[in-house]
Amino acid sequence: MAKEKISLSVLTKGIIKENPVLVLILGTCPTLAVTTLAVNGVGMGLAATFVLVCSNIAISLLKNVIPDKVRIPCYIVIIAGFVTLLSSLMEAFLPDLYSALGLFLQLIVVNCIILGRAEMFASKNGVIASALDGVGMGLGFTLALLIMGSIREILGAGTWFGIPLTVNLFSPISIFILAPGGFLVYGMVIATVNKLTKGKAIKKKEFGCEGCPNAGGCASCSGCSEKGENK
Amino acid sequence: MEIFKNLMYILMTSAIVENVVLAKFLGICPFLGVSKKLDSAIGMSGAVIFVMLMATAVTYPIYAFLLVPNGLAYLQTIVFILVIAALVQLVEFILKKYMKALYQALGVYLPLITTNCAVLGVTILNFDNNFSFVESLVNAAGTGLGFMIAMVLFAGVRSKMESCDFPESFKGIPSTLIAASIVSMSFMGFADVANGIFM
Repeated sequence: MAKEKISLSVLTKGIIKENPVLVLILGTCPTLAVTTLAVNGVGMGLAATFVLVCSNIAISLLKNVIPDKVRIPCYIVIIAGFVTLLSSLMEAFLPDLYSALGLFLQLIVVNCIILGRAEMFASKNGVIASALDGVGMGLGFTLALLIMGSIREILGAGTWFGIPLTVNLFSPISIFILAPGGFLVYGMVIATVNKLTKGKAIKKKEFGCEGCPNAGGCASCSGCSEKGENK
Repeated sequence: MEIFKNLMYILMTSAIVENVVLAKFLGICPFLGVSKKLDSAIGMSGAVIFVMLMATAVTYPIYAFLLVPNGLAYLQTIVFILVIAALVQLVEFILKKYMKALYQALGVYLPLITTNCAVLGVTILNFDNNFSFVESLVNAAGTGLGFMIAMVLFAGVRSKMESCDFPESFKGIPSTLIAASIVSMSFMGFADVANGIFM
């Protein structure tokens, strides 16, 4: 019973409380780049969820086999393997989405959400918990991309998932589907989340190496660990 | 002359018109994280230019002469990320041993570059655009230069922002993103500049 409870919180925390995009500010590049249409956002989110769940399972199974010193390169190879698998599958079965996501599908490899969860969670927890964590974080990512994509598509193109919504009411504000609109909407959405959670969600004021939850991952590579030793 | 013109066009496009950070959304994490101070912005972008050029110089022959002839092009992502990770380590060792001054300037930023999507992005984009080896190198240099321009400009914007009083929920990341949006908008003004000069 107790175990079930733990699993449930593992699943849900990624969706709202520790939402990787809106609260932890991870995976910003795909968030800004692919959310010009809501459907691309959801596609990207689900693609990343697939890789996240698979890599979390694989890493938590292999955590006793992987030597500690070279774990980051090992994680990257595992993640890159799943990304290659996914992009081949998508090219074959979902060619439209494949070409819409383009480069960013391959860049899932360096998405810090996935490496971050591998380092923070999957390398320390069991298979089921890791899989659930992957599902939760992936859904959180998808939800954030859906919100961003919906706002940008409705304002910038007047449609939602391709359905005309506001086209006849006002002319679309095309800046929202261009680069500046991405930054603007992302900033506004984070500010809204901050307002709704009354600042409780803001845990890191600083970002960069020290502030990011990936810092564990960064510290393990030689540069930062040497810095650590010098301290 | 024609070749030179073409290379200048690629350089101009990758550095300014399609700026890597502000138009292509690559390398947002270091852009937001390290742009607080001017000197760290310059150090980080110096390291990025360096690694981008090296990574392009190494991945191009690997892809063109090793992967494609053997029908292994689908391994691109895995091979490239490993090459970049190994290269970053190697560069770090070499700099540490033989070029102390440069290491002190760039060293801290090097490990962070492995997971910088701009570097992997450039190496992949070179092949998506069917660039030749020289064009790829120019594109890498231009992209790195564009990263530096964006970082340095934004470091200036952020130093001004420090004295501003934002509403509570906009403090920190949201205000930074909105400032980035305005900087990005100004870069849209360059849209047809390269075409106008070189075409």
